[in-house]
Amino acid sequence: MTVRARGPARFGFVTAVCFGYAFLYVPIVLLVLYSFNDSRLVTVWGGFSTRWYVALFENETLLRAALRSLQVAVISASLATVVGLAAGLALVRLSGIRRALLMACFGSLLVMPDVLIGLSMLLLFVNLDQLVGWPGRGLTTVALAHLTFASAYVAVVVRARLLQADASIEEAARDLGARPGQAFWLVTVPLIRPALISGWLLAFTLSLDDLVVASFVSGPGSSTLPMVIYSSVRLGVTPEVNALATLLILAVTLGIISAGLINRWVRRSEG
Amino acid sequence: MKTPAFVRGVALLPLGWMSVFLLLPVAILLRVSLAEPRFEQPPYTDLFALAESGRWAFEGTLQAWRWLLEDPTYRDALLGSLTMASLTTMGCLLLALPMAWAIARAPMSWRTPLLLAVILPFWTSFLIRVYAWIGLLKPEGLINAALMATGLIEQPLLILHSNAAVLIGMTYAYLPFMILPLYATFSRLDEDQLQAAADLGATPWQTFWRISLPLAWPGALAGCLLVFIPAMGEFVVPDLLGGPESYMLGTALWNEFFRNADWPTASALALTMLVVLLAPLALLQRLQRRDEVVS
Repeated sequence: MTVRARGPARFGFVTAVCFGYAFLYVPIVLLVLYSFNDSRLVTVWGGFSTRWYVALFENETLLRAALRSLQVAVISASLATVVGLAAGLALVRLSGIRRALLMACFGSLLVMPDVLIGLSMLLLFVNLDQLVGWPGRGLTTVALAHLTFASAYVAVVVRARLLQADASIEEAARDLGARPGQAFWLVTVPLIRPALISGWLLAFTLSLDDLVVASFVSGPGSSTLPMVIYSSVRLGVTPEVNALATLLILAVTLGIISAGLINRWVRRSEG
Repeated sequence: MKTPAFVRGVALLPLGWMSVFLLLPVAILLRVSLAEPRFEQPPYTDLFALAESGRWAFEGTLQAWRWLLEDPTYRDALLGSLTMASLTTMGCLLLALPMAWAIARAPMSWRTPLLLAVILPFWTSFLIRVYAWIGLLKPEGLINAALMATGLIEQPLLILHSNAAVLIGMTYAYLPFMILPLYATFSRLDEDQLQAAADLGATPWQTFWRISLPLAWPGALAGCLLVFIPAMGEFVVPDLLGGPESYMLGTALWNEFFRNADWPTASALALTMLVVLLAPLALLQRLQRRDEVVS
């Protein structure tokens, strides 16, 4: 750390960095603060109150949508982990045209605008439904769409981990007589388990968070949580949404901190 | 070395999945864009119809595409998307450069928490984070209240429901995508080169502009693409924070589909978006392949 600016340049630099972090966090902090505000207005502090949390837990529509979203997120994240694991392996071990094709597909899915994914998935489901009478439009289609785009994120995480992992351990298992599938399942999969866990969590969060794709592919009576939040936000300020957001932020923060602690604990116990 | 049969077998799952759920839908988009809307299920016409002569006749039409070319709203939406996505990319780059640099140069024990602090908002709901900006930007919102309290302005600024609000919201939403690749390249920079520049009398600013930045351009370019591509189809931010002037491709597609129930035009818009994004997508792929060779 010898290369360091001094004087006004350094001051400007520090200001820019602080501004950046403030930019990221001020909206979130305010959301949390105002979830405890007794007043309906954002600019008026009406005193501390938990009434919006009470209102939140009395809001049946929101709760039912949250339950639906959790269901979809668990199912799609689990299946996305399977597809993503296979894709990650294929991306590392395949070569030639098939690898290039997979790279192109999964790479594009990561950045593709939601509206594009949503509309094309819906058209696929409508056409499938006409042909074979399945999958209709509802939670199944939402889960299928989520599983597809989330698997791309799992594939990235798995691939990065596989590139780091020591391939010679799997080779040793092969030399000792394990079949390729056995060696992969018994040696490599446990080796990349952390990647599978974080891939699952990522897929879960993405599914829970998605508004646009779900709006396209879901059917009547299967509105997910973001869809319900979106329609209430469009109608005006709803302090219950602040309360819900605070709970979500709390859950995510706790999740990340405990994941970090577990990670540290595992590393320490492994020596 | 020949690919083992096991890997080829496993690869069938992602290959098959992508063919059905990504490649096939693009073909369907093209097919629907050649139809006409109708009030039946499905809400678009067939491409082929059995004529009286007993032959199949092609019934497709270029009407949706003609609308796209003739109606200036769609051209404005495309221009709006291009402008807002470019400005967002620039805003993210300006904010992310000092942040990524600071994280990469911070003491080792600081880096992980600083990086986590960048990623954490990404794990909380996008919709809710955009919604939070409404409370900040509206005329009686906090930014205006603060500015009026300090006496900088007398009348509240009308930021909400304008392109300025969309720009703020999109920069906010996509900032982490710019910081992460920039940080990755900054943290891989050769310390010795920076030291050499300093030893030869370069000021820290000179070192940054003339050594670090030129070496870090692949990261910067990757970040720009990671922001620009999804920003081109953004719907939530212009819808919640924008006004009538903030018409973008994503908004146009959404309206055609949900308000007008015009699936053919929505499909044509989606394909237009895809075509515009093909070049940036290909560039991103090339960058990632290059990255692979390096690591």
